[in-house]
Amino acid sequence: MSVHRVMGIETEYGITVPGHPTMNAMVSSSQIVNSYGQFVARGQRTKAHWDYDVESPLRDARGFDMTRADADPSQLTDEDTGMANVILTNGARLYVDHAHPEYSTPEVTNPRDAVLWDRAGVRVMERAMELAAQIPHAPPIVLYKNNTDNKGASYGCHENYLMQRATPFADIVRHLVPFFITRQVFTGSGRLGIGQDGRTSAFQLTQRADFFEVEVGLETTLKRPIINTRDEPHADPERFRRLHVIVGDANLSDKATYLKLGTTAIVLSMIEAGFPGTRDWWPARPVAEMHAVSHDPSLAHRIELADGGRLTALDIQRGIHEQAVAFCAREQAGPQDPMTIDVLDQWGRVLDALAADPSTLARELDWVAKRSLMEGYVRRDGLGWDSPRLQAIDLQYADIRREKGLAARLEQRGLLDRMFTDDEVERAMHQPPSDTRAYFRGECMRRYAESVAAASWDSVVFDVPGYDSLLRVPTLEPLRGTRSHVGDLLEDAPDVATLMERLGAQPPRRSGAAR
Amino acid sequence: MPQRESAEQRRSSREDVVDEEVVHSAESAPAELDAEVDSILDEIDSVLEENAEDFVKSFVQKGGQ
Repeated sequence: MSVHRVMGIETEYGITVPGHPTMNAMVSSSQIVNSYGQFVARGQRTKAHWDYDVESPLRDARGFDMTRADADPSQLTDEDTGMANVILTNGARLYVDHAHPEYSTPEVTNPRDAVLWDRAGVRVMERAMELAAQIPHAPPIVLYKNNTDNKGASYGCHENYLMQRATPFADIVRHLVPFFITRQVFTGSGRLGIGQDGRTSAFQLTQRADFFEVEVGLETTLKRPIINTRDEPHADPERFRRLHVIVGDANLSDKATYLKLGTTAIVLSMIEAGFPGTRDWWPARPVAEMHAVSHDPSLAHRIELADGGRLTALDIQRGIHEQAVAFCAREQAGPQDPMTIDVLDQWGRVLDALAADPSTLARELDWVAKRSLMEGYVRRDGLGWDSPRLQAIDLQYADIRREKGLAARLEQRGLLDRMFTDDEVERAMHQPPSDTRAYFRGECMRRYAESVAAASWDSVVFDVPGYDSLLRVPTLEPLRGTRSHVGDLLEDAPDVATLMERLGAQPPRRSGAAR
Repeated sequence: MPQRESAEQRRSSREDVVDEEVVHSAESAPAELDAEVDSILDEIDSVLEENAEDFVKSFVQKGGQ
């Protein structure tokens, strides 16, 4: 059991053009993505499109395919809409999705790297904002790492985890629903407003909870489910599934992101091993309890379980944590890896602190940091909780500009902990992780951008002079294409044609890979 | 960072105001925290959007995933 597995984060950013409320969000999002794309191309001709041939967003983990006729048009993400798309040298994807700019981290193998390349995404977006502001006559665009406008709209921050195909999906549902409902106590980014349109002025733990309406389902834009069944493994489908987690908030705090992915990875490895626990924490009404937990920052709400028991979210989290510690001790006779030990320790410590006095976690958890700012204003200026000033604080907490964003200001003051230096984050904007196929993708973009016709998670497609067809290099194994696999190959190839030959392409002017 | 023991201690001493203050002072006293918050509030005052009501009203997004 460990926190190590292939994972990644995709984040849709909120977007505004101050002073121009009627500006088309798709146009503004395209300006963001294209400005950054032109900047990284540095005047070179690039043409890399997203390679949609292998995507299947309508495949369902329960074992059937939706037909196109049944699908809402917003679910058809694999039809190339001609929207802006950039594949970055760090292996990430920057693109426009549903009227929001989106950044998907490269595939990483642990929660710490997920935090680093997610942070790199924030810097990419900030740089893109600065570049877009240089377009003549274009008013400045501002981006927010949040999940709702408090007026009925929500946009996501999704986690992805590669799992063993052999694990029954019913087991995943049975154990993850109680975990997801209760992990809100440390994953929430805080929100002033209750209900999808925020009609009640009260503080709740999460941005996202009120937008979830069903327990299990395929949709992500309507009737959002606690467990999303979208099953596009971007890997060998016989051996793997990709668990697509849509319940989480976009976090500004590194520690919140680290714990969100680390604890989830641990629970997934317990589920794959058959979850050797005795207690079943299935709630009698999962969706209503998800809302109720989020709506109670005192953390006192008791969840009614299907077996008649009543436990708080912290009780259940402590139960799962205890099982994880016991499982870890039993599973691994030898020395455990340091990151798994660290996540287990910090998880337990944060649960203890939440039970004792949540305000002691103001430098680690977003909802605590945000609420303590709001409480400061309430105390100092006598504001009511329906004050527009407090709502502005809610939004501005997630403003990604380092001079205007409140989370950013807290970090600069040393009041919100960071896990990485500015230099480390800057490097991760350009360098891929070395231990997944993102290394091959990112290095190909760095070395041969002008020859990459398209790329996706599981392919890089080259357009090489002399070849009369495109050459597709499949990358279906997430843990191949790493620096140790292809570092020398890339280093020793003097040009892209040689690289293609060494990867097995037929010589020029003969038929290349099928396409 | 609170250790497991101190968290237990604090939980059990919740009703005992005197004890709670003692435990708190081992980390940050509330008054000290308030002063820290006030100083960050002064800083935030200078960056907060000037017309909060208009700013909040005009923050309208299209739905996403």
